[in-house]
Amino acid sequence: MASTHFRSRIFITRLGVYILAIFWLLIALYPFVFLVQNSFKRLMEFFTGNVWKLPEVFSLVNYIEVWTSNFPRFLFNSAFVVSISLALLLLAGSSAAYGLSRLKFRFRKVFYYLFVGGMTIPVHITLIPVYIITRRIGLYDSLWALIGPYIAFNMPITVFILVSFMGGIPKSLEEAAYIDGSTKWQNFRHIVLPISRPAMTAVGIYNSVILWNDFIFPLVLISARTKRPLTLALWNFQGEFGSDVPTIMAALILSVIPLLIFYAVTRERLIEGLVAGAIKG
Amino acid sequence: MKKRSEFLSAFLFVLPALLVYLFYFIIPIPTSAYYSLFNWNGISPDMEYLGFKNWIALFNDPVFWKSFINNITLVIASILIQLPLALLLALLVSSRLKGNKLFKLLYFVPMMLSAVAIGMTWNFIYEPNYGLLNSLLSGVGLESLTRGWLGDPNLALGAVIVAICWQYIPFYMVIFTAALAGIPGEIMDAAHIDGASKVQSFFLITVPLLSNTIKMASVLSLTGSLKYFALIFVMTQGGPNHASELMATYMYKQAFTSFRMGYGSTVAVFIFLISFLLTVIVLRFGRRTALANG
Repeated sequence: MASTHFRSRIFITRLGVYILAIFWLLIALYPFVFLVQNSFKRLMEFFTGNVWKLPEVFSLVNYIEVWTSNFPRFLFNSAFVVSISLALLLLAGSSAAYGLSRLKFRFRKVFYYLFVGGMTIPVHITLIPVYIITRRIGLYDSLWALIGPYIAFNMPITVFILVSFMGGIPKSLEEAAYIDGSTKWQNFRHIVLPISRPAMTAVGIYNSVILWNDFIFPLVLISARTKRPLTLALWNFQGEFGSDVPTIMAALILSVIPLLIFYAVTRERLIEGLVAGAIKG
Repeated sequence: MKKRSEFLSAFLFVLPALLVYLFYFIIPIPTSAYYSLFNWNGISPDMEYLGFKNWIALFNDPVFWKSFINNITLVIASILIQLPLALLLALLVSSRLKGNKLFKLLYFVPMMLSAVAIGMTWNFIYEPNYGLLNSLLSGVGLESLTRGWLGDPNLALGAVIVAICWQYIPFYMVIFTAALAGIPGEIMDAAHIDGASKVQSFFLITVPLLSNTIKMASVLSLTGSLKYFALIFVMTQGGPNHASELMATYMYKQAFTSFRMGYGSTVAVFIFLISFLLTVIVLRFGRRTALANG
């Protein structure tokens, strides 16, 4: 008797846990289901019908409309800016981290704190000067305008994570190579950098998500329609399609697909990367 | 001589990163402070020197104080709503629930999407005519509660805070999940043997053991909330009538909508100073508690 009572209590707790878990799942994901189901509706059906219903016909018109409104261009712009910024950021960041963690020179600590101190500084303090500088050097309204700020703003966290990783690599690995006549650059390229691959991957994942999602720099530095990265383009779709709500929903769905694919590939590594980056930053 | 060449060869590794960083990040900080002394539209060659007039105007600007108070409200509400719910979810995904890994992965989706996408999604939730929330309310017979959530000055800030919480709860959930995994199972077993109920052991053992994580999460929430911009900008642009204005949206609008670059810089420098002050206080406080804990 006592044991069946105990078992039924466990059963009820289990059931409660499941109900809670599914309840939050609905809160977290139902808004997207809502968007998807309505994005397939024709405009008339959307405004006259019930938003909870599935579309009568799954129409692709809205998606075609978004795709032919320069969507591939916006996708390309984002990919272009993110990949170039990321490559330069990792190159300059890993080289700086090597210097700061494995070479001894004057003011090394000063440089280190200069970089790391940037993690606590809000981006807004720099927006107006960056806008003015970008105009002066003639990069305003060009995709290249975004690359400099992107490298600079993600340098602190990149340097911080890479320095702490590279600092833990045993000195003896490099000493043997120095005796064989290898230079600092060769040691960096052929010994430290290959060992640092896990840290580079983590920083790379973190930075790609942050850069891909950035909105404030394009908002301030880009104005021409064809130069917009995806976030800025998405925001502008709201005005461009006006009351054509299902089309805006289609644009929203299309714009989140690349990140969802990236997430499906990286899964836990993306979670860990984002959380680690934010905690340290 | 050798020392100098040592310095140079090492310095070359740091130089490229340093140049970009100084140019786009460090030098703009004093430059902003300098601009805050002028009346300037950012484009015309004549800048009118004002001394500290922008600063005096800032302290007498009711809209600025409104945005400051909204920022503080945001901090407090974020901590009080996000952390308990995140802890609850962390307990869920840490329990022996079937498919808990999948739940964790799916819960995390809102956190990695852009603030623009999240803001637009919530615009569709709050939309008065066909929005998800109002349709849900009238669907269950609560038509009387339906309203234009973002258009009502009394509700706009709260509505935006809900959206922010929705996005950030999974982030704190992951932090708490990691911390929960660090609690040794023996402690829980011992408590169970001593007759502690699940609820007792949660409040008497789990929460105290998580106190450092809770502190860290509060600090992240605090410093993060001063930087909120995109989500609010996309949802309400700070409106209606500044009801959901934050310091960052106010700064943006002053500088890039009204082209008052001098005054915008003043707001920006204020955000910088307050963040700096809070960071210093938090670090001091953190060190003291670290010492107190041994």
